[in-house]
Amino acid sequence: MSTATETIESLVKQEYKYGFVTDVESESAPPGLSEDTIRLISLKKKEPAWLTDWRLKAYRHWLTMPEPTWQFVKYPKIDFQDITYFSQPKPKSDAPKSLDEVDPKLLETYEKLGIPLRERGRLAGVAVDAVFDSVSVGTTYREQLAEKGIIFCSFSEAVQEHPDLVKKYLGSVVPHTDNYYAALNSAVFTDGSFCYIPKGVRCPMELSTYFRINAAKSGQFERTLIIADDGAQVSYLEGCTAPMRDENQLHAAVVELITHDNAEIKYSTVQNWYPGDENGKGGIYNFVTKRGLCKGKNSRITWTQVETGSAITWKYPSCILLGDNSKGEFYSVAVVNNMQQADTGTKMVHIGKNTKSTIVSKGISAGRGQNSYRGLVKIQKSATNSRNFSQCDSMLIGTKCGAHTFPYIEVKNTSSSVEHEASTSKIGEDQIFYCNQRGLSTQDAVNMIVNGFCKEVFKELPMEFAVEAQKLLGVSLEGSVG
Amino acid sequence: MSKPILEIKNLSAGVEGKQILKGVSLTIGEGEVHAVMGPNGSGKSTLAAVLAGRDGYDVTGGSVNYLGHDLLDLDPEERAREGLFLAFQYPVEIPGVNSTYFLKAALNEIRKHKCESELDAMEFLTLVKEKMKLMELKDDLLKRSVNEGFSGGEKKRAEIFQMAVLEPKLAILDETDSGLDIDALKVVSSGVNKLKTKHNAQLVITHYQRLLNYIVPDFVHVLVDGRIVKSGDKNLALELEAQGYDWILKHV
Repeated sequence: MSTATETIESLVKQEYKYGFVTDVESESAPPGLSEDTIRLISLKKKEPAWLTDWRLKAYRHWLTMPEPTWQFVKYPKIDFQDITYFSQPKPKSDAPKSLDEVDPKLLETYEKLGIPLRERGRLAGVAVDAVFDSVSVGTTYREQLAEKGIIFCSFSEAVQEHPDLVKKYLGSVVPHTDNYYAALNSAVFTDGSFCYIPKGVRCPMELSTYFRINAAKSGQFERTLIIADDGAQVSYLEGCTAPMRDENQLHAAVVELITHDNAEIKYSTVQNWYPGDENGKGGIYNFVTKRGLCKGKNSRITWTQVETGSAITWKYPSCILLGDNSKGEFYSVAVVNNMQQADTGTKMVHIGKNTKSTIVSKGISAGRGQNSYRGLVKIQKSATNSRNFSQCDSMLIGTKCGAHTFPYIEVKNTSSSVEHEASTSKIGEDQIFYCNQRGLSTQDAVNMIVNGFCKEVFKELPMEFAVEAQKLLGVSLEGSVG
Repeated sequence: MSKPILEIKNLSAGVEGKQILKGVSLTIGEGEVHAVMGPNGSGKSTLAAVLAGRDGYDVTGGSVNYLGHDLLDLDPEERAREGLFLAFQYPVEIPGVNSTYFLKAALNEIRKHKCESELDAMEFLTLVKEKMKLMELKDDLLKRSVNEGFSGGEKKRAEIFQMAVLEPKLAILDETDSGLDIDALKVVSSGVNKLKTKHNAQLVITHYQRLLNYIVPDFVHVLVDGRIVKSGDKNLALELEAQGYDWILKHV
């Protein structure tokens, strides 16, 4: 083997920047899962009886479900009795009424992560809901948003203050029976973000939720619900990090999006959970269900994801195109390095007439990482004149990683068309040498080549985050060639 | 004799145990243009690759001094930053990476190495425009991704354009004439000629004499089976053209 190949293979050794632990007193339920745990969560959150019942229904259904095994990832069996389902930073008073009452250590944590919550340092033009372990610690710019009738708050607050909206939409896209991890989430979810954009309103700023897992042995089960009413528009971003710990932690979230007539939701994710060390010890299991329902005609949902973290990523942000002329889009960059595994992709279900979907997936594998694209395009009989375009590109860095593609296509009418393009490339030693010969270091060369490969996806991200995503990609692959 | 830039002494090198260069010696001084000619498989491209530091070549003997450095001891990017430029025979495509962005990053690496301040976007664009005029280049090439979808001629032209921007001390042109029609050949050669100064040097590697009608060398070396078998002035190239490589082989 030439030295260049060895060089390429050693380009992945960079410490995880967000691996610190915040020392806050927290209040946790003992590990274990039972109806009592669920009742305790519901009680702690002062939830109405209908929600407690909904959780219990989900739990009982979950008990009857087998753990899925069809995914192309390997991990030891999860002991669900060994997980803490509820952990929250101990509030000073009963509940913090404003950010001033939030433990300064928490605010510091978010500042360290580059997410200032205090009035002074807030991100201009971005409203942030910060979720620490299972609890929302603060939401910025709420008043300004409220003036336009936009509701942006933690899920728990929404349950208290807007119970009708929550009751109407919760589980309407991802029912509690949907899949194993969605059922588990429905039973034990603790917090998350809630957002409602009223009729005809264009949200004037980016909305963002920043998730942080801190406590050891705890699982994070948040629930996000975003509703765009007729003609409304919103762009939403989620980010996430976790401390470095030797044991694996489970993150099983559910995100539901609903667009009514002529409405648009753009949902972007920059996922940077702790990926584990180079030998595969520790890291987050990111088993997430994300689905959007284009309920109204001419509505549109766009998922953009940059997945660089997690020991295992297993998710398929999907669109149900129910309204006529609705559009679903999925743009994804998934990076695996060291021992990371990803099985990710999307589902586009065409039901309405003239519906369109676009899938652009870029998978990058380095180290001993395994990266799979799995996607379903389903065009039902009713979805006449529908169109799908899929493009799945994989890039390999080194010789010990893998890239896999599992496309599923079902078309039930003759007036629709489906296009699928796929490619696999290897970062060439030729490309790296060419860059070297122009004075660029191998690391810079790899970053440049990889960023070029992902360009079509990055251009879909909100401006500020596109820059972040590029940097993140650089860090994730640092050391994968050297 | 002018100040030497590159001194190759008795250089031997090979790939996967196969000996290709078998004791090459060559000195290139400031302001000089050298041509290395030879039949296919004589080791011309190996010489270029070893000088640029490409992986996979084993140097088995000899030394290369470049501006007082042991060249073989430097990484490829260090050689580039020290002003050694290779115009590739087959420039690779880098999809999605904008040509202007790429070239700016390269130039700034070299400037950093020389302890000069990095150019910002505006300063760089001014420089690029100036060089484009010199090279008679259409600016749409710079808006595209590095070499992506370029024709053979466009690729070679882009290489010479990069050379114009990076202003190397020693430029090695590896079969720059291959795949060019006569018009492209003229444009590329006139570009190379414009970049010649009293302080830099060019090493032109070619199979055919026709390139040397446009880039006139001070010295011509004939490489056969890993050795320089004959050196002379530009007339040697003409003689070769007239009589073929067989003629040289008989006289060795």
